[in-house]
Amino acid sequence: MSPRPQPEAQAPVVQRIRIRYTKRGPLRFTSHRDFARALERALRRADVPIAYSSGFHPHPRVSYLSAAPTGVASEAEYAELALRDTADPVGIGAALDRALPPGLDIGEAVTAHTGGFADRLEASSWRVELGGVTPDRLAAAVETFLAHDEVLVTRLTKKGNRRFDARAAVVSAASTPVAGVDEPAYAILDLVVRQVTPAVRPDDVLSGLSLVADLELPVPPRVTRLAQGPLAASGDITDPLEADRRAPADRH
Amino acid sequence: MVMSVTSVYPQLEMLLPQVGKPIQYVGGELGAVVKDWDGATVRWALMYPDAYEVGVPNQGVQILYEVINERDDALAERTYAVWPDLEALMREHSVPQFTVDAHRPVGAFDVFGVSFATEMGYTNLLTALDLAGIPLSAADRDESHPIVVAGGHAAFNPEPIAEFIDCAVLGDGEEAVGEITDIVRDWKNEGRPGGRRELLLRLARTESIYVPRFYDVDYLPDGRIQRVVPNQSGVPFRVHKRTTMDLDAWPYPKKPLVPLAESVHERYAVEIFRGCTRGCRFCQAGMITRPVRERSIDTIGRMVQEGIEKSGFDEVGLLSLSSADHSEIADICSGLADRYDGDNVSLSLPSTRVDAFNVDLANELSRNGRRSGLTFAPEGGSERIRRVINKMVSEEDLIRTVVTAYGNGWRQVKLYFMCGLPTETDEDVVGIARMAHEVIKAGRQAAGNRDIRCTVSIGGFVPKPHTPFQWCGQTDPETVDRRLKLLKEAINSDRSLGRAIGFRYHDGRPSLIEGLLSRGDRRVAAVIRRVWQEGGRFDGWSEHFSYERWEAAAETELTAQGVSLDWYTTRERDEREVLPWDHLDSGLDKDWLWADWQDALSEVEQDDCRWTPCFDCGVCPAMDTEIQIGPTGRKLLPLAVAGPAGERAPHSHQGHGRTDAATATAIGDHR
Repeated sequence: MSPRPQPEAQAPVVQRIRIRYTKRGPLRFTSHRDFARALERALRRADVPIAYSSGFHPHPRVSYLSAAPTGVASEAEYAELALRDTADPVGIGAALDRALPPGLDIGEAVTAHTGGFADRLEASSWRVELGGVTPDRLAAAVETFLAHDEVLVTRLTKKGNRRFDARAAVVSAASTPVAGVDEPAYAILDLVVRQVTPAVRPDDVLSGLSLVADLELPVPPRVTRLAQGPLAASGDITDPLEADRRAPADRH
Repeated sequence: MVMSVTSVYPQLEMLLPQVGKPIQYVGGELGAVVKDWDGATVRWALMYPDAYEVGVPNQGVQILYEVINERDDALAERTYAVWPDLEALMREHSVPQFTVDAHRPVGAFDVFGVSFATEMGYTNLLTALDLAGIPLSAADRDESHPIVVAGGHAAFNPEPIAEFIDCAVLGDGEEAVGEITDIVRDWKNEGRPGGRRELLLRLARTESIYVPRFYDVDYLPDGRIQRVVPNQSGVPFRVHKRTTMDLDAWPYPKKPLVPLAESVHERYAVEIFRGCTRGCRFCQAGMITRPVRERSIDTIGRMVQEGIEKSGFDEVGLLSLSSADHSEIADICSGLADRYDGDNVSLSLPSTRVDAFNVDLANELSRNGRRSGLTFAPEGGSERIRRVINKMVSEEDLIRTVVTAYGNGWRQVKLYFMCGLPTETDEDVVGIARMAHEVIKAGRQAAGNRDIRCTVSIGGFVPKPHTPFQWCGQTDPETVDRRLKLLKEAINSDRSLGRAIGFRYHDGRPSLIEGLLSRGDRRVAAVIRRVWQEGGRFDGWSEHFSYERWEAAAETELTAQGVSLDWYTTRERDEREVLPWDHLDSGLDKDWLWADWQDALSEVEQDDCRWTPCFDCGVCPAMDTEIQIGPTGRKLLPLAVAGPAGERAPHSHQGHGRTDAATATAIGDHR
């Protein structure tokens, strides 16, 4: 007879905490997987009572939501942590922030009291800095782009070239003046883009701008996700953690 | 005064969106150190000449990085090989080879230390030198260039790269980097008297730092070496290896590097002892790292505790050349398994010993966890060839061991062998198939079902300097490939058994090039340079390695010198031949090595001096060292008693009620 050890049961989840985190500076080059590994180690160093999945290879129970692409900075990434012991979300957020490298910073941590969090991340706002492009040139290109009903672009994915519309998901696009500079060496493109499938990313919009308006980029763009959340009727993005923060059960 | 040095990051950042896995070039690891440039007199750039994902977990570099940075008068930063996509962009935009810590140009440092675990990194050294703006030939460098120091196991024969390096350090680096730092500091503080040449002379006079330019090599008309002699007074005839004694006094790495990028070893590794005296005749590591020096159970326990706390790793590796041989390994394993029970920390022990004790240890480390795979290394497929290589394992040992493993719930057994060993016949290799068949038969019986597997993994044997096989002729790739084909057929000759056996091997050709670089002399430098000029990079990666490029370069560069690829590899040397590394002293007595080689040919075995009396290999008296082993008789106490682990949490969440997660185990690979 051969004994076959069975995995022992893991403690149940008693609390969920939603965190907003950033990817700043050089750490914008972290991929989604890189961040996941860094967070899991930070959870251990910060002694967060994270729950583990069952099975022979237990994993910390963390859900990641619509991560920004590698190389794109972000002020508004979200993840949800499942805990096996209750804890003060503010303390957890502070401890995690200390355990993560500078650049991967915890913006906020709140206890989850509501469902449908992923659905609340309806749209993102992106700031795209385009070196070597004048604001006027960008404004003209954006106008041309918005005048189209559909702009079919191609992106190379792991499954080969994929062709899709980059226009319909764009809620707004604007060439924002660079404040306080007479002749800026770069232009700023502010975008609000709906979360759709397949995802339309800022580089897809840039492909579209190149396609319909011949916008050329002398240097690689610098992209930052500024916000993610519910899309208001005004076209603005609102705070996705607001519902949890307001919930009466959360006293923190 | 040296001008302060600025970061190349702004230029590099523009290139990163265009390359694969840019995070590997960004630095910012937990445990990384950036010191003030002007505050240090001696600045080291340390390189592991392979991709970041392979280099960043390297123990040697991590240890030296920490040891140097602990000094007030020195700083160390790290650099790795850049992939060809970034290399092309760096050339186009004139971005030099940089460190990942502060992104300073490598050419601005005082010392450029490169750790060679394998000879296959030589072309990557040339890329780094060239990108750094350092002339490839040491002879062309001046005072503005760093001193290029080679270390690591390959440095025990640095002759093929002698042209490209300024010096080489043999053996343990912990104390050597301190001595080099002192010498460079004093020379700089004195106003650099005598220039670069004087500095190299001072290094050479330590008798433990090899400076190739101070030695002339003369050749005989038939191509063999006539002699290697110093061309300077005060330079020793032989350069001696370094040995760090008392590993408890050097508990590094204390602050493990935790990268953001994925790396090949995602774990906290602690070296539980250094050296090995099992005497496997093919094993260069076992020969050149003698004597055995154990780290004590208390130091290991403390390093693991602090290493996990500081890194957040969930895996701990207890490393050495044969970890089950530690005199207190049972107490170490059970003590650590107790401490981390229910913590989702997995413990792994790279040991391939073929005995039941090894299975007991693996059981202990996987108490509640999955029992997936165990690895054993019989190395040879017949009793005869195992006597030749001094791997004292009988077929009964192997069957008994795998029966214990399968009977204890392990489902998969991996068996390591080598092909191309001295005196090897077809029968020796085909014998591996019979062993694997017996393993499966015995395993099915022990497990009580057919749900078990065995993987046969074969490596090509490469003769290495400072081993009893340093004289042997390497088996040609055609013979190796033919034997592997015969073996594959033999494994599958019984469909029912063959179905449960996996077979993993590589073709024999890369081994031949490794053989050239391992036992080559200074004339091989021209081959390395030509391969590099023709695009050779990352030769340790099968998708980048080109045998045809090496073969063509060897043909072009060696023929004119009257030698050849075969001459360096498949040719057997005789007792009187001067070997390219004879002036480099690993402590092993050459007469003893020759006697052991003759014993191998006579199929006579040699005991392990760890358990039996000294057999006079020469290392201890030559190096003034001794075996340092336990037992200490001490045990690992539970952490709640032993340390303040619970006190560091910045927020309160007492009463974890942590329950028993699986403690997975990998008794894993050491290669």
